[in-house]
Amino acid sequence: MDPVILFFALGLVAGLARSELRLPPAIYELLSVLLLLTIGLKGGIELAQQPFGGLLPQIIAVMAMGIVIPLMVFPVLRYVGRLDRPNAASIAAHYGSVSVATYAVGIAYLASQDIFYEPRLALFLVLLEMPAIMVGIVLARGISKDTRWGKLAHETFLGKSIVLLMGGLIIGWIAGPVGMEPLEPFFFDLFKGVLALFLLEMGLIAASQFKNLKDHGFFLVVFALLVPVPLAMMGALLGWWMGLSEGGTMLLAVLSGSCSYIAAPAAMRIAVPEASPTLSLTASLGVTFPFNIFVGIPLYLGMAQYLHTL
Amino acid sequence: MVWLSIYILSDGAMDITVKKLVTIITEAALEDNLRNELPGLGATGYTIVNARGRGSRGVRDAGWSTSGNIRVEVVCDPEIAVRIAAHLRDRYYENFAMITYMSDVEVLRAEKF
Repeated sequence: MDPVILFFALGLVAGLARSELRLPPAIYELLSVLLLLTIGLKGGIELAQQPFGGLLPQIIAVMAMGIVIPLMVFPVLRYVGRLDRPNAASIAAHYGSVSVATYAVGIAYLASQDIFYEPRLALFLVLLEMPAIMVGIVLARGISKDTRWGKLAHETFLGKSIVLLMGGLIIGWIAGPVGMEPLEPFFFDLFKGVLALFLLEMGLIAASQFKNLKDHGFFLVVFALLVPVPLAMMGALLGWWMGLSEGGTMLLAVLSGSCSYIAAPAAMRIAVPEASPTLSLTASLGVTFPFNIFVGIPLYLGMAQYLHTL
Repeated sequence: MVWLSIYILSDGAMDITVKKLVTIITEAALEDNLRNELPGLGATGYTIVNARGRGSRGVRDAGWSTSGNIRVEVVCDPEIAVRIAAHLRDRYYENFAMITYMSDVEVLRAEKF
């Protein structure tokens, strides 16, 4: 098992045992900035060395998937789970959007196994963040005049994660591998250490969500455990159909199977205030995120490898 | 406070005015909204600090971005204080963790508020 996952496990155990352990919020912020920048830079450097050929149709296909996922998840929540409309829409938005930490563990896992993946996956990560949030708002509200779309678009497009990921991509693309060389020790050599500390804190936060599990019923837990697998399968099929490598197919599966717990909760709190933030965070952070880290990522690699033998 | 005001009054040079202090404790997610709305309601200024606590919506421990609180303080005239409180009640009380309370405060330089 990759040691970074053990750091996550340590955070979970320490959190469940109510240890005093806590990273200072400013450190956690810095770690997340470093992760986002590094992922962006990695993608940008590689993109600089490759032609953009065939990228546009892939961009459209990936964004379409970001729109379709919440539309598929919403009826399950609404009619099987009997959740009210705002809550079903908000959770659907969380599952359509993506988790950067899950992606980071995915690339660390591929690197440890020496498996290649296309650098454009970093771009797909950016693209998948916001469409689902917009769809979630429409599902909750309809196309209503009260929604301040301008403000929401501003918040989502200029949110920290998109600015840093896109910024990193552009900087890496302009600087290229030679230009980035002096910064490599800081961003790339330290990547796994940064990820390990970040996951330690994520473990603590996920553990703090567990206490809400029993209040929110059986359905939500089962949903959060089961739904990532078919969603990841969809992503894997799309990646395979687009002709991505095994690693790329696996990462697209990771992206579609993961769910947001930063961008989506912030946007939903303001745009759909009737939805309970505890409900969606418990599912995404308390159940799906740990599931993806421990079980999902190796499973999705298996999925990608199986598709490539067909 | 009493001895202070007596002291200042006895000094003769300064005027003490009574104003309202409106204190709002709510979710950090609302910070931007409040920053945009308060000036429109007549507040000439405000102070925001991070906060943690417990109330009818459970423990708000700032452990995660959505579980942090803020405390917003506004010093203003009583009419504006009532207007702010009414606006907050209509717009946010139903769906957000929020409490508002008012108290009298004594200030110098009344024209600032």
